[in-house]
Amino acid sequence: MPKIIIKLGADISTDDIYPGRYMATVLPTETPAFCFADRTDFNTRLKAKEFEPGSIILGGENFGCGSSREQAASAIHGYGLIVVAQSISRIFLQNAINLGLRVVICPTIEAEEGHDLALQPTEIVNLTTGRQFAIQPLPPARQAIIDAGGLIPFTRRRLQAT
Amino acid sequence: MGMTVVEKILARASGLTSVKAGEVVEPRVDLAMSHENAALVINQFKEIYEGTGREAKPWDPSRIAIIFDHRVPAESPKTATNQKRIREFVGKHGISKFHDVRGDVGGICHQILPEYGYVRPGAVIVGTDSHTTSHGALGAFSFGIGATEMASVWALGFALNIEVPATIKVVVSGKFSEYVGPKDLILHIIGLLTAQGANFRAIEFHGETIRAMSTSGRLVLCNMSVEAGATSGIVPGDAETLRYLREEAGVVDTVPLTTPDADASYERIVEIDVTTLTPQIACPHMVDNVKPIAEVAGKAVQQIVIGSCTNGRLDDLAMAADILRGKKVAQTVRMLVFPASGRIFGQALDLGYVHDLMRAGAVVMNSGCGPCLGVHEGALGDDETALSTTNRNFKGRMGNPKSEVYLCSPAVAAASAITGTITDPSKGGK
Repeated sequence: MPKIIIKLGADISTDDIYPGRYMATVLPTETPAFCFADRTDFNTRLKAKEFEPGSIILGGENFGCGSSREQAASAIHGYGLIVVAQSISRIFLQNAINLGLRVVICPTIEAEEGHDLALQPTEIVNLTTGRQFAIQPLPPARQAIIDAGGLIPFTRRRLQAT
Repeated sequence: MGMTVVEKILARASGLTSVKAGEVVEPRVDLAMSHENAALVINQFKEIYEGTGREAKPWDPSRIAIIFDHRVPAESPKTATNQKRIREFVGKHGISKFHDVRGDVGGICHQILPEYGYVRPGAVIVGTDSHTTSHGALGAFSFGIGATEMASVWALGFALNIEVPATIKVVVSGKFSEYVGPKDLILHIIGLLTAQGANFRAIEFHGETIRAMSTSGRLVLCNMSVEAGATSGIVPGDAETLRYLREEAGVVDTVPLTTPDADASYERIVEIDVTTLTPQIACPHMVDNVKPIAEVAGKAVQQIVIGSCTNGRLDDLAMAADILRGKKVAQTVRMLVFPASGRIFGQALDLGYVHDLMRAGAVVMNSGCGPCLGVHEGALGDDETALSTTNRNFKGRMGNPKSEVYLCSPAVAAASAITGTITDPSKGGK
């Protein structure tokens, strides 16, 4: 079951997720090295591949606020992680969906680092505490991009239809 | 039911007679702006075409703008190589709205776009930069997107799956006190709304204070609307918009204006009287941690920054020069000034502002994003504090997670440079 590998507070900015000084690095194969670069311990553990793909970063309100830098989403996606947050800033949410980074909005989630979560279609079950929390569904317009496997295949299909 | 200005713009751009908040539309894009992250856009753009048998050609090169500003001049071989690749793409596809690293036509993207008349009221503008909200100052619906979404716009010419945002109407009345202005107003608004209070929403600015405000001031409001999470800030086009376009942006053709209907539906209406507003300071490490200056005055700072897409325009430099003329920057402070564009830099030279600032002890740097995002100049040392007219104070923003950043107006920054502590310009430091 997916485990929470780090619990972060509210307003985690994209400067925190991917500091500006690494923005010249753009390739999704290279951005993960700088994921949460200023959180040295966490960054080291990420790079050491200590965490199973499918593990969870738990955020509070307004996750991914600030800069539109797509590297923030591609860096997390590079490790195959999932973001669960109480709310997500618009541009980060869209970037995540466009790149295929799985994000789950769960306004009332109560969980701690080390807890195991079961991510179900309409709710999250905290297997450690036994409690359940409703998921806020993504808007249908965004679900269509997820279903296509990301924005590149979605746009490619539209292009071919014209 | 009538429409907000954003609803009107999106209806027209989507070929519909009306839309309302929550509907999903695919608006035609009038202008698609990128900076150095065009390097990533180009990669993603080429990937869209893989396996289609079609040539990767942008839908309309005349509607693409690329401005180098984030790392100018290049701070590393990697950036220099990215910029070189972008130049090659620009040349190959005939992208004419290209502003390279230059002292004449270069500058920060959010200054270049209005300055060169690329922004028109009623337009739909997307940019791979969160502060693309700025261009709402001229009545456009302008919002930030990621690089992959931009690649999709380059391919299709429209934005996919855009939800029409609900609108928060902010009505501003009263006259600012001396040394209080648009930056203090928007910091106050962000404090009121909170950092996510306008997430997925537009902010429409109205009222006598906005009508009397210059486009430069409106750019400050719309620029920082994103710090409340807003998709876009917007001032419906008016007489001042037309004046700016004709007198400052050299626009000669007819410019129609788009205004909201009187019976438009707003999610929320916020009324603010600025008569008693004092200078506002956003304290570490969140832009919505806003306090009146009286609560933080006296705090020692080691670096003062004046510039950026938020406050690097001529009126900002004039304010700083007026306060610092004949005075000295405190020995305990480094003062960095970076004008928002080459044109502004030139005007500030002609008017003597650059001399005033340099004689006082400021370092005047080339136009660009400079120290704002902690890339290649003006980094802070451990446990140092900056007071800056830029737009973000997140932990690590200026390149060092062990430092802190306070945000303020140019008047507060200049007065504080003299004392070396956060200083209310109406009370000292002059």
